[in-house]
Amino acid sequence: MTDVTERGYVNPDVLVSTDWVAQHLKDPNVRIIESNEDPLLYPSGHIPGAVQVDWTTDLNDPLRRDYLDKAGFERLASRIGITNDTTVVFYGDKNNWWATYAFWVFQLFGHDKAKIMDGGRLKWEKEGRELVRDVPLYRPTQYTARERDDSQIRAFRDQVLRHIESRKPLVDVRSPDEYTGKKLHMEGYPQEGALRGGHIPGAKNVPWARAINPEDGTFKTADELRAIYEQEQGLKPDDDVIAYCRIGERSSHTWFVLKYLLGYQNVRNYDGSWTEWGNSVGVPIEK
Amino acid sequence: MAQIPDKLAELVDDFSSITDRNERAEYLIEIADRFPDVKVPPEIATPPYDERRRVPACESEAFVWAQEQPDGTLKYYFDVLNPQGLSAKAMSVILDETCSGQPLERVAAVQPDIVLQIFGREISMGKGQGLMGIVTMVQGEARKRLQRA
Repeated sequence: MTDVTERGYVNPDVLVSTDWVAQHLKDPNVRIIESNEDPLLYPSGHIPGAVQVDWTTDLNDPLRRDYLDKAGFERLASRIGITNDTTVVFYGDKNNWWATYAFWVFQLFGHDKAKIMDGGRLKWEKEGRELVRDVPLYRPTQYTARERDDSQIRAFRDQVLRHIESRKPLVDVRSPDEYTGKKLHMEGYPQEGALRGGHIPGAKNVPWARAINPEDGTFKTADELRAIYEQEQGLKPDDDVIAYCRIGERSSHTWFVLKYLLGYQNVRNYDGSWTEWGNSVGVPIEK
Repeated sequence: MAQIPDKLAELVDDFSSITDRNERAEYLIEIADRFPDVKVPPEIATPPYDERRRVPACESEAFVWAQEQPDGTLKYYFDVLNPQGLSAKAMSVILDETCSGQPLERVAAVQPDIVLQIFGREISMGKGQGLMGIVTMVQGEARKRLQRA
């Protein structure tokens, strides 16, 4: 894959290469953060010096369905030894799907010194780079977070209802079988956490992983991404777009692609996603 | 209703007593290291595999086979195509070591929610569903044979 800077992204600074990470392992101003779906991966071996941020235990409120609050984020930041000036670099399994999710939550608190390692864990491993099992301990820091701001990059159910009334674009990033509702009724599938199958009316189906080169987990070039989201699906950079999936994790990946790599100004992630919409009484559904 | 296989019940008990997340992970990683022992041999199947052997909902691309044994029990084999699918590998090893060669009634009694007892309730919905899919397939193979009998 070509160098990150040569792929035509609107904000190339938000991606770093595995080489860049390898050169900054001991940089005190950089913290490498692994976020995975598979809870066994980090303890089985991780980039030297990397800390783990777990989406369930670190990023969510333990009681309500919501993200951590300001005090919780400050505790998390202190635990992983970052200050407001530390550049955080996320990477993980599943082509960085969980890494972009953690990145998105960090943006709710305005930590904009944040990057994604292109290719994630897959590329690092494929390149035969070092993985270690030692869990680093960093001196706890003082971190002052702003209050969580849900107004810019997060969408709620009622906002989605108004969005569809205004016929604004939505991107459903789930698989075609989830989008059509077929999967909910397939024999042998565990239930999908929703009472109804289908999609939000008007949503376009662009499975999240289409943005990725599957052989090494890197992001496709800007031209390739525009071919998918713009030429094929008709989105435009000045559109007001909402992305969703089942709980907002896969759609954070698409949010990242649209907002940073293609430079869309108004993209929000609907984290309630299908587990909220497919269980809500009276909301419209299309199949 | 039949009891689940004894070895599986013991293992679930062991995991229930683990409260430390890291300890649980270490234990599961040790189990996943034995995956080569349960990987499907070429005489049973070679890639590309029959899609009917694919575990529904498992994003680690797990596959399950069940071979009938002379004593009427089943020997299970697995493959996990995603090299990063460590949890799926651990689940496969657990199911082979505790369910292969066990009475079909007892394997058929294994419920998918043992995944939560083994991996902990904080496992993601997607990951949990994939792992439960492996259990469902193992259980389903036993049920199929019982229905035929």
